[in-house]
Amino acid sequence: MGEPKKSIADLKIGEKGIVCCFNDEEMSLKLLEMGCLPGCMVELSNKAPLGDPICIKVSGYNLSLRLEEAATVMLR
Amino acid sequence: MSIEKTTRLKVALLGNPNAGKSSLFNHLTGLNQKIGNFPGVTVDKKTGTSKISENLYAEIIDLPGTYSLYPKSLDEQIVLDLLHSKKDPASPDLLLVVIDASTFKRNMLLFTQIRDLGFPVILVLNMLDLAEQHGIKIDPLKLEKELNVPIVAINARTGAGIRELKAAIACPVHTPPESYYKPGPLASGIISEVKESFSLENDYQAILLAHQYDNMRGLPQKEKEELARLVKKWSFDSKAFQSKETIARYDVITRILKETVEEKSVDDKELTSTKIDRILTHKVFGYLIFFFILLVLFQSIFAWASYPMDLIDSGIAWVNGALKQNLPGGPFTDLLTDGLIAGLGGVLIFIPQIAILFAFIAVLEESGYMSRVMFLMDKLMRPFGMSGRSVVPLISGVACAVPAIMSTRSIENWKERLITIFVTPLMSCSARIPVFTILIALVVPEVDLLGFINLQGIVLMSLYLIGFLSAIISGFVMNKILKNKQRSFFIMELPAYRIPRWKNVGLTIYEKVKTFVLEAGKVIVAISIVLWVLASYGPGDIETKAITEVRQEQPDLLEPSQDFENAVAGKKLEMSYAGQFGHFIEPVIRPLGFDWKIGVALITSFAAREVFIGTMSTIYSVGDSGDDDTTIRQRMKEEINPKTGGPMYTTALAFSLLIFYLFAMQCMSTLAIVRRETKGWTWPILQLVYMTGLAYGLSFITYNIFS
Repeated sequence: MGEPKKSIADLKIGEKGIVCCFNDEEMSLKLLEMGCLPGCMVELSNKAPLGDPICIKVSGYNLSLRLEEAATVMLR
Repeated sequence: MSIEKTTRLKVALLGNPNAGKSSLFNHLTGLNQKIGNFPGVTVDKKTGTSKISENLYAEIIDLPGTYSLYPKSLDEQIVLDLLHSKKDPASPDLLLVVIDASTFKRNMLLFTQIRDLGFPVILVLNMLDLAEQHGIKIDPLKLEKELNVPIVAINARTGAGIRELKAAIACPVHTPPESYYKPGPLASGIISEVKESFSLENDYQAILLAHQYDNMRGLPQKEKEELARLVKKWSFDSKAFQSKETIARYDVITRILKETVEEKSVDDKELTSTKIDRILTHKVFGYLIFFFILLVLFQSIFAWASYPMDLIDSGIAWVNGALKQNLPGGPFTDLLTDGLIAGLGGVLIFIPQIAILFAFIAVLEESGYMSRVMFLMDKLMRPFGMSGRSVVPLISGVACAVPAIMSTRSIENWKERLITIFVTPLMSCSARIPVFTILIALVVPEVDLLGFINLQGIVLMSLYLIGFLSAIISGFVMNKILKNKQRSFFIMELPAYRIPRWKNVGLTIYEKVKTFVLEAGKVIVAISIVLWVLASYGPGDIETKAITEVRQEQPDLLEPSQDFENAVAGKKLEMSYAGQFGHFIEPVIRPLGFDWKIGVALITSFAAREVFIGTMSTIYSVGDSGDDDTTIRQRMKEEINPKTGGPMYTTALAFSLLIFYLFAMQCMSTLAIVRRETKGWTWPILQLVYMTGLAYGLSFITYNIFS
């Protein structure tokens, strides 16, 4: 389909996405154990006042991560 | 058969952070807790005794919260270290895995890992009520059957279910270990070799060893080399296997979840926590609220704490006075009163401020707000080599750097942690307050600006601001100099807001105060005694010499009188080793405007800054007239500079001294704690040199600007 690759960092507040894969192995290990897995639904629930870090809802709880970290999680 | 052995169980508490482990620990042990160290490391080990039944007691170990058996911080490493060998005598007999039911799926990852290690386990299901609000309904009976381990549902807030938990601990059900994760044929080679070399029976234990041997403490170098060889031989890709393992485990958990948990979507109804977050992390209100909380915190540390502090101060003075009157005079009594008890007083006086500070921090942490503060501040802290997690130590540093530095252990990244430890003592701590107040009162007029802003208050506030600015600027510089060995992460759970449990808050205060009194107390008391000796003795009989000199210089002083005794005490101090040292360093501190008398105070207050006042009182022979600051202030005001003929304490000198006390590392306890936390003398010595250098340079500049 040629759909542009989108990451969690590109989400708008309230927008949801399904995790497809990670492009950083070290980061992915940390995210996986926090329950952020391929196939999981994530929702951007809010952003820190300076736009970074951000807070996502995943596996039923709120997880904060920096924008550069969020950019390693690709969505489908 | 020994009864002792069969009646004492070792039980460890494990679970994710915020799962309610500490509350459960407090319910089980009450005040029967003690903080110790894990062998060889400085991470606190919280243990307590719990009476399980009439003749069964358990030693409960509260382990740091962790999300998996792949540790990321110093705190988490402990869990793995304790579990990796079942043959270790410290290894627990039973594990209680505390699961937060509202985030059931994520919590189960750790459970399946622990279960695969083959330990006897009880699954403690907490926060079922919160889970139901989230639309998660767990059937404990079905789950028990599915997992084949005893399950106890509790409410760690109210204590419901504790009795059932104790009953389950009393009659453990041994179930054969499950294996939720099978590493697959690619790893079978390395697993069987590790099992053989280390005579292990458990697959998961073997593969964990292959993953983590490098970071494991207590593993002999020879065994590490052997493991490194095996990892190379089988080209074991640790990261890939960890990733596969986590995904495989979550697959199993999802299957279990389907069978035992009913999940309703509650997306339509916005959760309360999300609503609160809208306000507390709002662009404008977020910072305003944080600022307001800081204001209340400072207000309570400075204003409200002063009442109990005055009480402690006069209590110590009273005890000292009573002892002096009732004990026979002589060096022993002096050592006890002026050395030991005065030193002890210097420690006890800080209890109210530390208690208030930790009450605040405990409430903010318990409620879930503290992680929002980290969330708010992370971006702002990054240019200064720190992260959101550094905010708590920096705030704590305003009361006392010692507990602040201890709280940096949760910072995963070594460089960020080091920078935070290094700059925290620049935050103006409460020991500087007595010095600040007396010097400000001396030279800054008590006038109001615009009718309501107190000028002295402004100067005091500016000093705090300068302290904070120097801390972050130092962080900025260190960030440029230090190489980063690890990447910095900010992947952090933002827990749901909860009303703090007051019992936990109370126990935190109790524990922190106890640690402070014991840790800092040892050093301060020891140094006080040494300083007392240096200030009381000199070459030869300085007592007789002092009396003779006072009689010669002031022949019209009545004998015996308070004035005479004070004059002798002042003379004696000048002749003592401390006094001589003051004269010795005078040429060095002269450019800052200081004379030998201030030199003596600088030396004595090296143990703790607040000793400055006491030393000044002795030097200026006003005697120990208790807690009355006015006398010493009056006396300092009257002091004449022999060179200029004008007042000694000019604005220039007072400001120079203020700046010196703001920057100088005048605190033995901090140096001791930094040595402990950084495992060596390098960093405390660098810190001492840096801060003293900064103090000297800036005091010099200040003195020259104002004179």
